[in-house]
Amino acid sequence: MAAVATCGAGAGGTESMAAATSKSNVTSFQRRGPRARGTDSGGPRLVSIAGTRPSVRNGQLLVSTGLPALDQLLGGGLAVGTVLLVEEDKYSIYSPLLFKYFLAEGIINGHTLLVASAKEDPADILQELPAPLLDDSCKKEFDEDVCNKKPESDIKMKIAWRYQLSPKMEVGPVTSSRFGHYYDVSKRIPRELIETSKWHGFFLPEKMSSADKVECCSLTPGYMKLLHFIQNIIYEEGFDGSNPQKKQRNILRIGIQSLGLPLWGDDVCCSENCDSSHSLSKFLYILRGLLRTSLSACIITMPTHLIQNKAIIARVTNLSDTVVALESFVGSERETNPLYKDYHGLIHIRQIPRLNNLICDESDVKDLAFKLKRKLFTIEWVQDNYLRQERNIYPPGFSYLLKQKDSAWGEGSLQHSTFLMSFLAKATALASRLVRDREPLKQTGSGRIRQAAGLGLWHDGCRQEAPGLLGIPP
Amino acid sequence: MKGMHLPDIRMLLQGASPRSSEMFPELNNLLNTTPDKAEQGKLTLLCDARTDGSFLVHHFLSFYLKANCKVCFVALLQSFSHYNIVAQKLGVSLAAARERGQLVFLEGLKSSVDVFFQAQEDPHPLQFLREASAGNLQPLYEFVREALTPADNGAAAWRCPVLLVDDLSVLLSLGMGAVAVLDFVHYCRATVCCELKGNMVALVHDSGDAEDEENNTLLIGLSHQSHLILRTEGLATGFCKDVHGQLRILWRRPSQSTARRDRSLTFQYKIQDKNVSFFARGMSPAIL
Repeated sequence: MAAVATCGAGAGGTESMAAATSKSNVTSFQRRGPRARGTDSGGPRLVSIAGTRPSVRNGQLLVSTGLPALDQLLGGGLAVGTVLLVEEDKYSIYSPLLFKYFLAEGIINGHTLLVASAKEDPADILQELPAPLLDDSCKKEFDEDVCNKKPESDIKMKIAWRYQLSPKMEVGPVTSSRFGHYYDVSKRIPRELIETSKWHGFFLPEKMSSADKVECCSLTPGYMKLLHFIQNIIYEEGFDGSNPQKKQRNILRIGIQSLGLPLWGDDVCCSENCDSSHSLSKFLYILRGLLRTSLSACIITMPTHLIQNKAIIARVTNLSDTVVALESFVGSERETNPLYKDYHGLIHIRQIPRLNNLICDESDVKDLAFKLKRKLFTIEWVQDNYLRQERNIYPPGFSYLLKQKDSAWGEGSLQHSTFLMSFLAKATALASRLVRDREPLKQTGSGRIRQAAGLGLWHDGCRQEAPGLLGIPP
Repeated sequence: MKGMHLPDIRMLLQGASPRSSEMFPELNNLLNTTPDKAEQGKLTLLCDARTDGSFLVHHFLSFYLKANCKVCFVALLQSFSHYNIVAQKLGVSLAAARERGQLVFLEGLKSSVDVFFQAQEDPHPLQFLREASAGNLQPLYEFVREALTPADNGAAAWRCPVLLVDDLSVLLSLGMGAVAVLDFVHYCRATVCCELKGNMVALVHDSGDAEDEENNTLLIGLSHQSHLILRTEGLATGFCKDVHGQLRILWRRPSQSTARRDRSLTFQYKIQDKNVSFFARGMSPAIL
C-alpha cells in the first residue's frame, strides 16, 4: 500500500484541469486558465488525480505510459482522452511489455483498469504485471546497474564527452516524481495490490457465449460488445464529465490487446479484400469519441504486420492519436549484425497528436532502439556512428577499423575521436593520391591554378571547360 | 534623454510588428487574398501527404470567420475545444461565433457516440454510422443545406456561406464509398458554391504509398472539381526541425492575369506556435 501512498497530489495546476472537465458541454480537452476556473467556481473544488500532471505545452492532463523514457518521447506522457496505438513487433515479444507497463502504472496510481482481450483472460494478464521498483529498491537497482558496467568505479571520469550534449533518453529515476514509475520485469506485482485495485475484464469468448443475439449492425459483433461494455463502465462509474461523480475523481485506463486479430471476428488479417474492412476504423472512431468525452486513456496493441491491406493501416493510423511501432530484431538479419549487438529492436514514433496546438511535441531524436535488460526495458538513442556505418557514409574499411578500436577504447573516448580524425585526414590524402595517379587530366588552364583549385573537384576527368580566361579555345 | 527616447522606440516596434494573431498573413499574401476581398463560388481542396495539413484548416476557419461569412464546419477529426483553442490563438473565438449564429459546428467524435449508443427517431447527419449496409450521405447534406441557407425573415447578416470539412478521408474510414463522398461534395458544391454563391473548403489525406484506392479516387475526383489546390507534403528527405514541409499552390482556373500561372508556387514552411512562416525552397532562415 506504500505504493499507493507515494502517489499523492501532482502538480498544483491539476486542480483546474480536473475542474474544467466537470463542465457538461466540453470534452476532456480544456485549457487551464482563468476562464475555465471561473466557470466552475460554484462547483466543488476538486483535488488532483493521482498519477496525472498537466502538460506544459497544451495544458492537457497527462498520464504516464508506465515507461518514463517513452513518456519523454511523447511530449511528457499520454494525454487523457486519447488513444495510444502500439504496432506489435513480429512475434509479439516486446509489445505485451508496453501493454503491461501501462496497466501496472494504473494499478500503482490507483486508477481503474479495463482490460480487453480475445486471446488471454484479463485476470491472467493482470497476474503477470511487472513489479514496481519503488524508491529505495529502485535506486539500488540503478546503482547495481552502474556498478556492473564499470567495476573500477570511474564514474566521475567523463567518458563519452562527444555525447554529453545529446539528449538523455534514459535518466535515473527521480524519487520525488509521482508520475511514471520503473518496473522490474523479472518479478510480478504483489498479489494484494491487484486484489485491492479496481478493474474490469472483457474476455471476448466469455462475452460472446453469453448472448447469441447477433444484432444486424455495421460493426463486427466482437467490437460491438466491447464498445457497449466500455460505454457502460464509463457511464456507470462516472468517468464522463457530465455525470457528477460522487467519489474521488479518477482515471480509467483501457487496455485492448491484439485488436484486429481474427479472434475478434474481424477478417482484416486474413485477406486483402475483406468485407468488414471498415469495422476496425469505425470501432476506433467511436472509441475515440467515447474517450474524448471522459477521463480515460487507452492503449491498443495491434498486429499490423498481419494486416494485408496497407490502406487499412494508414486509415487506422490516421484515426489514432499517438502511434508507436516496435520492430524487434528477432528473426531479422539485424539480429546478427554486430552494429546492433547492444539492442533488441528499434522503436519508431510514428505519430504524435497535435492537441490544442498547431504543432506537436516532436522529439528531435529519431533513431531509437530498445533493449530488454534483466529487469528493465530501456529506450536509447542509437549512437550516430553506428547508423553512419550502416548507411555507408564512412569510407569502406573504416567501419572495420572502428570496430576493432572500439573494443580497446571506450566508445566516444578521446582516443577514439583522435583516431577518427586522423583516419579521416589520411583517407582524404589517400583519395587525392589515388586520383592523381589514376587519371591524366586534361589540361585546361595553367598548372598552378589547377593545383590550387584542389584535386577533389577534378577527379572525374570530364570537367566542363571553364568559361572565361582559363579556357583554351579549341 | 534616454527616458525620452525609449517610448518612441517601443511605439515604433509595436507598429512594425506583424499582426501575428490574425490567421497566417503570409499565406494570405501567397494566395493574394484578404478577408475583405474573399472570392465567392470557389471550391478549395486541401491535401496533405506524409504530414499533417490541419494548420490549413485552422487558417481557413479563422479566415472566413474574420471575413464575416456564415460558416458550417463539419469537424470529424478533433473535438470542439481543440479547434476552439487553436482558433483563439489565431484571434477568433469559435464559442462566441457559435453563439451569435455565425458558426454551425458538427462535432463528429461526439455525435458518433450519440448516434451509436442512442436510438433516435429523426435522422442524424451521421446516421450512416448505424447502418449496416453502405448508406449515403444525404442526411449530412441536408444538415449542411439547412445550416447555410439564409433565413427568409432576417436580412443577410453574413456575407456568404462557407462549408468547411475536416476531413473527407474520415468518411471513407467510416464505411462510405468514394463515390458517395464525391456525390456529397457535388451536391454541396451545387448548393453552396453555385446556388448560394458561397465557398467550400475540404481536406483530404493523400495516402501516398499505402495504395488506398478509394482515397485516390476521391482525391483525383476532387482535384478535378476544385478551383484551388493547396497540397502540403512532408520533406522527401525526412524529418527536419526547421522546415516542417512544403506547400504547393495550384490554381486550376487562373482568375487573374496569366503571369501568375508561370510563377513557381512551391514554398517550404515552418509552423510556429501561432503562425506559419513560408519561404522559398532551400531558403530556410535556419540555413541562411
